[in-house]
Amino acid sequence: MTELGTLLGPTVTRLFTDLVTKELIEAAEKGAWPGKLWRALEEGGLTLPLVPEAGGGAGGTWSDAHVVVRAAGKHNAPVPLAETIVGGWLLAQAGLEVPLGPLTLAPVREGERLTLARAGGAWQLSGTVSGVPWGAAAGHVVVVAEGDGAPMVALVRQGAGRVSADRNLALEPRDTLAFEGAAVVAAGPAGAAAADGVLVHGAMVRAAQMAGALESLLEQSVRYATERKQFGRPIGSFQAIQHNLAIVAGHVAAAGIAADNAFRAADRGHPAFEVAVAKVRAGEAAGVSAGLAHQAHGAIGFTYEHSLHFSTRRLWSWRAEFGSESRWAMRLGRHVAARGADRLWMDLTTS
Amino acid sequence: MSVFHFELRDVPPEAEAFREEVRAFLRRALGDRPSVRRARSWGGFDPEFSRQLGARGWIGLTWPKRYGGQERSFLERYVLLEELLASGAPAGAHWVAERQSGPLLLRFGTEAQRERFLPQIARGELSFAIGMSEPDSGSDLASIRTRAVRRDGGYVVNGTKVWTSNAHRSQYAIALFRTAVVPDKKHEGLSQFLVDLKSPGIAIRPIINLAGSHDFNEVVFQDAFVPEDMRVGGEGDGWKQVTTELAYERSGPERYLSSIALVHELIRAAGASPDPRAAEVIGRLVAQLATLRQMSLSVAGMLQAGQNPNLEAAVVKDVGTTFEQSIPEIVHALLDIEPTIDSGTDLQQTLGYLVQRAPSFSLRGGTREVLRGIIARGLGLR
Repeated sequence: MTELGTLLGPTVTRLFTDLVTKELIEAAEKGAWPGKLWRALEEGGLTLPLVPEAGGGAGGTWSDAHVVVRAAGKHNAPVPLAETIVGGWLLAQAGLEVPLGPLTLAPVREGERLTLARAGGAWQLSGTVSGVPWGAAAGHVVVVAEGDGAPMVALVRQGAGRVSADRNLALEPRDTLAFEGAAVVAAGPAGAAAADGVLVHGAMVRAAQMAGALESLLEQSVRYATERKQFGRPIGSFQAIQHNLAIVAGHVAAAGIAADNAFRAADRGHPAFEVAVAKVRAGEAAGVSAGLAHQAHGAIGFTYEHSLHFSTRRLWSWRAEFGSESRWAMRLGRHVAARGADRLWMDLTTS
Repeated sequence: MSVFHFELRDVPPEAEAFREEVRAFLRRALGDRPSVRRARSWGGFDPEFSRQLGARGWIGLTWPKRYGGQERSFLERYVLLEELLASGAPAGAHWVAERQSGPLLLRFGTEAQRERFLPQIARGELSFAIGMSEPDSGSDLASIRTRAVRRDGGYVVNGTKVWTSNAHRSQYAIALFRTAVVPDKKHEGLSQFLVDLKSPGIAIRPIINLAGSHDFNEVVFQDAFVPEDMRVGGEGDGWKQVTTELAYERSGPERYLSSIALVHELIRAAGASPDPRAAEVIGRLVAQLATLRQMSLSVAGMLQAGQNPNLEAAVVKDVGTTFEQSIPEIVHALLDIEPTIDSGTDLQQTLGYLVQRAPSFSLRGGTREVLRGIIARGLGLR
């Protein structure tokens, strides 16, 4: 992390604490776009940490961006901030201008393809992609698509494709976009890092958001366990509760450092291994911790009135987005097996 | 609440250069020994191997040169430890002396004790046992009853210690005795002593573990005499010292690498192109392993920086032992093989060895329940 990242921490925490209220999240779940929150993020210079300053960004590192993304996850910020950060980076990598406003990414699911075709001097985009975060609400979509036999990064405007609305468990928009020769604003060669850049970096930001949501789960659970009394004493004084929350603390710590490591690897340029580790580890942490947090909260945590579910429903969806744990685990396992048992320790100790 | 601080650490270049030196040595020293022997790891007791390490200056790497150390960094020591463990080197003959006894003497011992013991430990000539648990005092360590009563320039000791690993092949133990009975204050009145295990009045009896091996013992003290100059630290300071010592014991890479030999065998069995199920299992294992290494390294970095990572060490040990304990389960779930002792493949024997050792992983050095209590206290729940 650079000095920027150190400065960002308190700024984003204050901003999210002030603006991402229960009412704001509930309104977003009903489909309202939190424009004020987004404007505050843009004015705070938090949406494009990886875009060079000359291009309107903050000129920072992935480790700086991690501070923002993890806080967004912790506070359940209902905006495509992580997607905008990855999209801005992809555009900058391809030498393209980065527009203002929220960005989203496509394709986010393995096996879906978009293609670019030349039409006169311009490119046109075709193909259908599903599960696109804020696919209808984002001002632009950053896509990685095949053009002239090589992966390219391209930018299309909101409304360039036909939208079928869908959403994930946290009621965050996850839309299907169908492009049929849609106009492309700009396109450039993706380069080696960006060919699977959407999936790898998307999985990375989801791991960080999960690490943030897990911190929130633990904090909420510890608070509840010290406040809620049964049998004449706080339930947190019972060993069964203490041990369950100690287990959660271990998962929170593991997911957090795994995400840290992935972002550091991204700054060093080859994050696929560390991202796979982080996505798998954070996903496992999400499953166990969400269960134990609900157990500690009892029936009240199972109501819509309580705010625990803002974190748990996100965790349940995020662990499967940009590739499920099992998919990432298989990718990791195949890689390790191909390298052979004798290389494993050497690879783990090489950064 | 931000109780746990796990920051990423980088291993400095000089420590990475040292790693290559360690690997080259271990390749020569261990040759093609099978995984079932590597699985013994720091449970393997090989005084000749320890002397070889000592001759290289690799025991007490961080200690002052005047006591036989090398004054190298904690992270270099960390690299040495993780390489020893990852390769399954038989490090047991010096493990406790290097990890606990030596650092304890450096911190609380007298100058005479340091000069006498540390250089011998550093040469790999001295093995230590730990006399803490008693028949009625396990997790409730402060309730120990073995008495050390002052007499004629020393103490007369009566009582029994149990689960004393390697007492039968070590020269010394560092033991915790009760030097005063303070009513209702069990943490007071405890003191630590250097005990010559060959002294009269000490009987060492084997306790055979479930796998039929003799690793730990019952040590009975019957009017055994311990000279005053063998007391470590002040009389009554034992509890404070022992909790410091246990922090050394909880923070190392030995708390997640115990089953690494079986991980290696599992990957070999799956082959270079594993089926999807095996690939997923291996991927999940590696995700855990890679993350634990970063957590463990983070704790080492805190020690290097002079911080006190007791809580983080408890977290790593809890998560780490859960991981290493899960490996035999995962192998059972994935592969159609039977665990063996004498017959079968290296994989089968390694499974047979580790499946029988795994229960101890979350008992030794503080049970899982004790650790989770420590973590819960860190969370503010008690």
